[in-house]
Amino acid sequence: MNSHPTPSAGAIDAKEAGRRASEAIAASLKGRYAAEKRFRAYGIAAIVFAMLCLATLFVTIIGTGLPAFTQTMIRLEVTLYPQDIDPDGNRDPAVLSRANYRKLIQQSVLDLFPEVTSRRDKRALMALISPGATFDLRREVMDDPSIIGQRVSLLVHASDDADQLEKGHIDADLPESERRLNDKQIGWFERLKERGLVVTRFNTTLFTNGDSRSPELAGIRGALMGSLFTMLVTLALSFPLAVGAALYLEEFAPKNKWTQLIEVNINNLAAVPSIVFGLLGLAVFLNFFGMPRSAPLVGGLVLTLMTLPTIIIASRAALKSVPPSIREAALGVGASKVQTVFHHVLPLALPGMLTGTIIGMAQALGETAPLLMIGMIAFIVDIPGGPLDPATVMPVQIYLWSDLPERAFVERASAAIMVLLGFLVIMNALAVLLRKRFEKKW
Amino acid sequence: MSAPLIVVATLLVLTAVGFYMGRSRAVSTVSGRVRELHSLPGYYGYYVAIWCGLPALFVLGAWLALEPTIIESMLISGLSETARDLTPQRLGLMINDIRNVADGNVSGASAEPAIQAAADRLNSLRQISSIALAVVVLAVAIAGLTYGRHLVAPKLRARNNVEKVVTAVLIACSTVAILTTFGIVMSLIFEAGRFFTKVSPAEFLFGLEWSPQTALREDQVGSSGAFGAIPLLAGTMLISFIAMCVAAPVGLLAAIYMSEYAHPKVRAAVKPMLEILAGVPTVVYGFFAALTVAPLFREWGEAMGLSVASESALAAGLVMGIMIIPFVSSLSDDVISAVPQSMREGSYGLGATRSETIKKVIFPAALPGIVGGLLLAVSRAIGETMIVVMAAGLAANLTANPLQAVTTVTVQIVTLLVGDQEFDSPKTLAAFALGLLLFCMTLVLNVIALHVVNKYREQYE
Repeated sequence: MNSHPTPSAGAIDAKEAGRRASEAIAASLKGRYAAEKRFRAYGIAAIVFAMLCLATLFVTIIGTGLPAFTQTMIRLEVTLYPQDIDPDGNRDPAVLSRANYRKLIQQSVLDLFPEVTSRRDKRALMALISPGATFDLRREVMDDPSIIGQRVSLLVHASDDADQLEKGHIDADLPESERRLNDKQIGWFERLKERGLVVTRFNTTLFTNGDSRSPELAGIRGALMGSLFTMLVTLALSFPLAVGAALYLEEFAPKNKWTQLIEVNINNLAAVPSIVFGLLGLAVFLNFFGMPRSAPLVGGLVLTLMTLPTIIIASRAALKSVPPSIREAALGVGASKVQTVFHHVLPLALPGMLTGTIIGMAQALGETAPLLMIGMIAFIVDIPGGPLDPATVMPVQIYLWSDLPERAFVERASAAIMVLLGFLVIMNALAVLLRKRFEKKW
Repeated sequence: MSAPLIVVATLLVLTAVGFYMGRSRAVSTVSGRVRELHSLPGYYGYYVAIWCGLPALFVLGAWLALEPTIIESMLISGLSETARDLTPQRLGLMINDIRNVADGNVSGASAEPAIQAAADRLNSLRQISSIALAVVVLAVAIAGLTYGRHLVAPKLRARNNVEKVVTAVLIACSTVAILTTFGIVMSLIFEAGRFFTKVSPAEFLFGLEWSPQTALREDQVGSSGAFGAIPLLAGTMLISFIAMCVAAPVGLLAAIYMSEYAHPKVRAAVKPMLEILAGVPTVVYGFFAALTVAPLFREWGEAMGLSVASESALAAGLVMGIMIIPFVSSLSDDVISAVPQSMREGSYGLGATRSETIKKVIFPAALPGIVGGLLLAVSRAIGETMIVVMAAGLAANLTANPLQAVTTVTVQIVTLLVGDQEFDSPKTLAAFALGLLLFCMTLVLNVIALHVVNKYREQYE
């Protein structure tokens, strides 16, 4: 190699090449920085898109659901003619319950509008009042028969069409044939309002009634109780089973083919579509064991099997986070393996296990598909009183209502979603709180 | 059902009694010198309690499992000759009637005298059974308690025995997961097998037409219905594809931004928001798709002069994609964070920009994990039910046009099984064949995905 201090032709070439290269780099830098900015913008756009979806979802649901929390009521003065209710006068409950209260309600409405005479108009007028008014009046009388013969003031539900009119969801400018209420009905309702007989109040019916064919009388109480029983069954079964399984796999099991099989199995079960668990419930619990259809007990069993993998995985993680030194110390002072696990490891892992359980329960609370398979989709008016009564659950109720054509049912479905999301938020907050409160860094 | 509850409550009380009896007996055998006992006194208590509770619990479980069958056969043997000669289906209906009368669901006045008599007998059989159950279970419990108490002695290795039982219970808990899988596989294969005796597997897997509804009436022409699953699979694929078109880029880019660019504060704020998206029940997404997104698309389509079905695949797919975004992003986030920092620094050291590092170094390194995550997301999209039940159609159209209505495997399972009580028609059994198909598809995807993810995870650990 030539080591002269004078620059050779080759070195000049190299320098030239270097200069050109750095020029090329400098020229490309602008493009590269632009690409950098673009890429960054894509990321921001993706996050903004996700956030917008979330916001739209919540705004739509709250926007649709809020009106369902108020209910239009109509104040009626009903005269309880004794000859109509209790002709014999001996206040026999059987007679009282059979009396024609519908006629009394109709009479009191007609009294307000003496000019309504034709059959058609009468029927149109009564369409402003919910059929539930009859039951309200009967309950009033059954509770306190002494009011018979008096003139009582009764707050009854407006029919769902009148309710929608009051909430401004019926456009009076539309041609009459395209509206649920005709011009006359709207006129009558306006007159009721002028007389101050229309009251809007918080919709307690939504929280006290079961399902109904009339939207203004439909409530989520039945579905809430169904969900409660289903969740109780699920919790009672899945927590001990999952903790037991996690303890065995993490603390006792020898590392062999069998435990490996269980492990792979649990991971795969966690990813099986929920509807398949419904098929399992239908084939095994209903057809093979002959358990009752639509019962929260069976729903709870199916959801137990579904949430079990989730809780087992979380519980194992909690056990793994307990440092081995705890176990060694316990074993060192003479505790047996079982004593070590139950007296020392389990209490330390319990908060993590509970967090996993709550998250699993939240998942189960929102689950719909497997419950459709085992018949928890029936129209059930009665509020279930135990885990063997036919019932439905909140998500199924939402599904049922959102399928119906009446706007009022869709509103109630939204309201039910808000209640359901409320529960889920509380459960998740509880899980986070538990984790924060008891999480230990070893 | 209240009778077994009372029995269980009594059993619990007896077990508690057993615990205290065992403990005090252990202490009294050594006249208070606890150090002479093999185990702590409490273990003798547990020992007796186990003897008292466990056998009785087994008897109770077996009884409750067998009771309905035994009572039914006793009921049938007591019926008149003519009733016993009925076909199994008619007999089943009759037994149903008897049950309804016995439960008081149907007023007894309207029932035939023979059925009324049988219902009375059923009620008396049930009563006898519940009394016998109480007697037998409590007898077993008391016998166990006495025997266990009799065994208590200073030399008895109570702790070891109790711990053996505890371990056995734990093992039993962990086999539930295996049993579940076994139950799923067996019930699907069994019912699907019954379906395939009526419809050939080849027709099911390769048939191009799906119209199970025609099978309702036996006398109808073409009453066997058409059970070709291809249109359903095509519909499932179309909707899943649309969903992945939304979820994969959005989820991935969000994950990359969050792990590589975002300020920790932004990350702390955005991550829980994405988790909320993941925690929303699917029925809520279905509601959103059916009542907000689908009508919106229809309106837009009309404004642009396109005919968009009111149950378009696009609406269902888009909303499903939104549902899967957090799933993709959290899985990818994990994978991207697992790429060693040294690889990033090496790339920066060579003068690469951040995006170049991500595209040329981190993404290729994380690719296997990302692919695994995406496969898991696809399996979720295929198995997702409520969104498509509420927002996708029922008619099995074989089309690739996202503006038309298609149906999916899960939608058909739900429609075939909801409200249908008869269990022998190919229509109902077809749901199980579809379930088997769905289970196999998702299982294959999951196994591949989990394998890929695990293998990748090992690389950098």
